[in-house]
Amino acid sequence: MSADQEFAIRARNLTKAFGSLVAVDHLNLDVPKSRIYGFLGPNGSGKSTTIRMLCGLLTPTEGTATVLGIDVPGDVDELKPRIGYMTQKFSLYTDLTTRENLEFIADIYTLSRAVRKQRIEELLEQYDLGAQQRQFAGTMSGGQKQRLALACAVLHKPELLLLDEPTSAVDPSSRRDFWAKLFRLADAGTTILVSTHYMDEAERCHRLAILDKGVKVADGTPGDLQANTGMTIVEVLASSPYSAQGLLSRLPEVASVTQLGVRLRVLVPESVRQPLDLIQAALHAGDISAETNIVAASLEDVFVAVTQKNTLQEHTT
Amino acid sequence: MISARRLVAVMRKEVRQLRRDRISLGMIIGIPIGQMLLFGYAINTDVRHLNAAVADQAGTHLARQFIAELEQTQIVDIRLEVATPKQLEDLLRVGRISVGIYLPPDFDRRAIDPQRPAAHLLVDGADPTILGVANQLTNMPFGFDSSASSPRTRSLEVRPYYNPERRTAVNIVPGLIGIILTFTMMLFTAVAIVREREQGNLELLINTPVSSLELMVGKIVPYVVIGLLQLGLIVTVGWLLFKVPIRGSIADLYIASFFFIAANLALGLFISSVARTQFQAMQITIFILLPSILLSGFMFPFEGMPAFAQYLGEILPTTHFIRLTRGIMLRDAALFEMRGELLALSVFTVIAMSAAVKRFTRRLD
Repeated sequence: MSADQEFAIRARNLTKAFGSLVAVDHLNLDVPKSRIYGFLGPNGSGKSTTIRMLCGLLTPTEGTATVLGIDVPGDVDELKPRIGYMTQKFSLYTDLTTRENLEFIADIYTLSRAVRKQRIEELLEQYDLGAQQRQFAGTMSGGQKQRLALACAVLHKPELLLLDEPTSAVDPSSRRDFWAKLFRLADAGTTILVSTHYMDEAERCHRLAILDKGVKVADGTPGDLQANTGMTIVEVLASSPYSAQGLLSRLPEVASVTQLGVRLRVLVPESVRQPLDLIQAALHAGDISAETNIVAASLEDVFVAVTQKNTLQEHTT
Repeated sequence: MISARRLVAVMRKEVRQLRRDRISLGMIIGIPIGQMLLFGYAINTDVRHLNAAVADQAGTHLARQFIAELEQTQIVDIRLEVATPKQLEDLLRVGRISVGIYLPPDFDRRAIDPQRPAAHLLVDGADPTILGVANQLTNMPFGFDSSASSPRTRSLEVRPYYNPERRTAVNIVPGLIGIILTFTMMLFTAVAIVREREQGNLELLINTPVSSLELMVGKIVPYVVIGLLQLGLIVTVGWLLFKVPIRGSIADLYIASFFFIAANLALGLFISSVARTQFQAMQITIFILLPSILLSGFMFPFEGMPAFAQYLGEILPTTHFIRLTRGIMLRDAALFEMRGELLALSVFTVIAMSAAVKRFTRRLD
């Protein structure tokens, strides 16, 4: 099996600079086919810019990418019928009805009359929009709009689906529902690239890349990433969490302290031998009583750990 | 390659959206009718019934006869009688009258003396139109001195062609077609594209196989049809209300309008590629509309403008179109005789359209 058949997207040293701002910095990417691949990163980390380069909307300053076997930048006109794209902001016509929007998109992809009719019926059913088919898109709820946007993006059965923060405007139950649909699409063979800043969403991806300030700081399966943080995660249940946090974050050995309700999550590099003793000693010196446990890393810990590293490197260079 | 399916899809979408936009829909009919009524009835360069006051210091029978004759011209309406020319000046200054008529005490003697004017007209000359009209009064023949002096033989006689009744509407309405089409066509197209960008639809569309040419052509074709409908409406209303004739061929008028609409739509598309918001698009439209009204020969005779204003006017499509409509409607000119104007419109369209398409595809980066 050649690399092109195995991967839907391959990017090498993909870079985009806007003036002096480097939005995406030498990004290498291998997105396997029929998988959900996540881009996790805060706002401004280069997620949208990368997606736009991959679908040919932006010309990379440097580097190359191959998307579905087509070189980007290159003949993106060939690529467009084979990809589906969902924008961050709702971008269908608010003054057209659900059905009219679907019909318009179907015509844009020049689906035949028969296929158009069949696909639209199918999608209205699958995406639970039957009751809204004569409703103006602008008057629908966030969840309904999002289902319509996804329905329009998959109308022409694209091989690759690019979703730019698709769930930023919907409630948790709609998000769960949305992800169930993504898994169903992936099962049917669609490759999905989705950007998000929600940890729970990133956790659902088959693979993910963590982006920070345009740089890929980690990639792998969520399980691998959680197993290889290079950090020991200590959960601290202290009597006064606020002062404990102040105290612990001043320790040179501690990489980060995050408060979650009454608990603190303390990240200590694995090179530190006895992390529990270290923390207990520090808290005792500060006259704070606490319960400490070593716990498994969550994806948020991974995120904190890798972005911390990136910041540390910046300070040293 | 242009796909007919996609083109039709874009057009159908555009018509659906327009059909639901009650206000824009109303404007398509409301703007032409409103402007026709306003311009047709309000603009009148053949001014009559100027407010006037008279200071008659002669008080003779001859003086009263003279005043009566002045009134009969209908150029002035005498509202007030005052005692002194000073009072006439005061009335002029506060704006109560536009013309003051002063008859000096020796009016009767002056009237028979060909060397001296019998009376004075004090005119608010700030408005050249009023000055011009008041000047007509100086040509008024005196009924009482027919025996005293021989009637002056004029070296030139004016024979007004095409509009012998000197009705302003006859000149205004053909020009108004140009102004109304400029406004609606330019604004509708500019806003139609900018709206897609502002509302984010464009970000979705550029990821689909639809090309910028399909999108632009699909969006403007409905407006070409609307423009031609507006033309019919204006011509009909002009005929019904103002008896504005169409002496030339209607087919010629439609062909000329087609060229003109194309030029304005191209300009509208170009505006849409410059403007980021609908508000900016509207501002740029007004920025182009104003010179189109003032420099195109619509309001003022083109030949009377300074050279640089004429050069500016030549750039505007409205200038060429107004020459065409006045030629066809009033002077029965054939389109072929005015092909230079059509050529100018075509050149404008090609330049504006190329610039728009070029800018449009470039904007994504």
